[in-house]
Amino acid sequence: MAGNVTSSFAATGSARFENRSATRDSGAVRIILLALGLGFFALFLLLPLIVVFAEAFRKGFDTYWAALFDPDALSAIRLTLIAAAIAVPLNLVFGVSAAWAIAKYDFRGKALLTTLIDLPFSVSPVIAGLIYVLIFGAQGWFGPTLAGYDIKIIFALPGIVLATIFVTFPFIARELIPLMEAQGSDEEEAAIVLGASGWQAFWRVTLPNIKWGLLYGVILCNARAMGEFGAVSVVSGHIRGLTNTMPLHVEILYNEYQFAAAFAVASLLALLALFTLAMKSFIEWQARRTPEKEIQP
Amino acid sequence: MAGHSSRKVLPGFDLTLGVTVVYLSLIVLIPLCAVFIKTASLSLEQLWNTISAPRAVASYRLSFGTSLLAAAVNAVFGFILAWVLVRYSFPGKKQVDALIDLPFALPTAVAGIALTAIYAKNGWIGQHLEPLGIKIAFTPTGVLVALIFIGLPFVVRTVQPVLEDLDAEYEEAAASLGATRWQTVTRVVLPAVLPALTTGFALAFARGVGEYGSVIFIAGNMPLISEITPLIIITKLEQYDYAGATAIAAVMLVISFALLLIINLLQAWSARHGRRAT
Repeated sequence: MAGNVTSSFAATGSARFENRSATRDSGAVRIILLALGLGFFALFLLLPLIVVFAEAFRKGFDTYWAALFDPDALSAIRLTLIAAAIAVPLNLVFGVSAAWAIAKYDFRGKALLTTLIDLPFSVSPVIAGLIYVLIFGAQGWFGPTLAGYDIKIIFALPGIVLATIFVTFPFIARELIPLMEAQGSDEEEAAIVLGASGWQAFWRVTLPNIKWGLLYGVILCNARAMGEFGAVSVVSGHIRGLTNTMPLHVEILYNEYQFAAAFAVASLLALLALFTLAMKSFIEWQARRTPEKEIQP
Repeated sequence: MAGHSSRKVLPGFDLTLGVTVVYLSLIVLIPLCAVFIKTASLSLEQLWNTISAPRAVASYRLSFGTSLLAAAVNAVFGFILAWVLVRYSFPGKKQVDALIDLPFALPTAVAGIALTAIYAKNGWIGQHLEPLGIKIAFTPTGVLVALIFIGLPFVVRTVQPVLEDLDAEYEEAAASLGATRWQTVTRVVLPAVLPALTTGFALAFARGVGEYGSVIFIAGNMPLISEITPLIIITKLEQYDYAGATAIAAVMLVISFALLLIINLLQAWSARHGRRAT
């Protein structure tokens, strides 16, 4: 599979192009392209990251800590953690199920199913929030019924969780499907033939094979779950101390011109992003260091 | 590949497919249908008046125009970045490579306020542009900047693996047959990378059209000038105009699905192309 070929080249890296006269760019071209590429990188990616931390500490550590330990900030952090703690495991179960069904079997409609799983990627987050308002909101399909039972979904935790699940829906499945397709099912079949149950084959054979991909899927899904803004903004109602997640708290502080506090809370989310990227690099390095059996025919 | 025979041996097909289809239907498919059912409750005239209102039309022009431009900028600089990362070695390369994915991992609201702090008129860069009469934040240019940030990794990450898989032999063959370096790049490398580049462009464009969090802080959100389509939906929702919000959402969904179809075709083209080349 194409995805695995890259790792075998990674060992040689750019040297295989730089050492040959035919593929080596001239000095001037090199310098111009490096300047353009890295300049663009610095301006559009590096600078915003630096700005987050610089602005967060602009008024000193005391303001920074005060912003983080403000009761509203703490409740926003708590809500974000709770929402992610519900959304990520649900998407994990779904992702593993979908990958097992799609990678291990052939069936009609498989291509369609794969496309439908990717659907949330192409839906604007604002629409992701809107659909749940249409169903569970006060004027929605089930709104009056739910109000009769005093159940709140919109402007409450369940709505936030639903919107978060929607926007992070494909992440784990997408990470696992190509990985499990590449690995095939010979090992699982051998385990079954030797008398293992389906669950034993999954836990002892499949899981060790997919653990790094699975871990990265979970980490990325978690980062997006904690950082989701548009979808959650539509369903949350922005009730301070109650239905504000961290990104929404950042927005409120910013709109109140409490810039240092807004960037302080934002810096926590930026740290989460950096942690996610570091884990990605670590996992890629791990996967390269322990060559998977997948490449064998 | 998973063999045809595996269905007989491996258990769990019914369970896993069942979980997948039920969860997909409950979370994604049925809720999305709500948009079209709600839109169907409008009369054709109401629907047309909502989606062709001047503010809505101006927002389509802004959202699609800036997304297209941002995707084009990213196609050029994303290609250069992918080239630099694959072909050259330089200090800090690993860190640069890892940070390319930052827009995937950084919450959009954080990106939004950071970009505003850079380009506002008293901002890091904005204060130097202000005397020159250049305004970026709170103008359509600000929207463009945010969408460039959001879309960059799509181009780099689709082009990079294709560049890595490209055998140096093709370029050597071209060079030994007398092609100049420029000819080799435009006639050998570029055609091989084109499907991936187009896919990356389309992905960045599709993402830009729906983007909300990173844009609203820097856009200024002036009706008819710097108001993006997702914001129109939010504004209508806040006025309890559910039908209006849904009608605009239906327009966006139809366009997004069309884009998704195009991207799928592009990816199929890309995969076919890759197989032929190797």
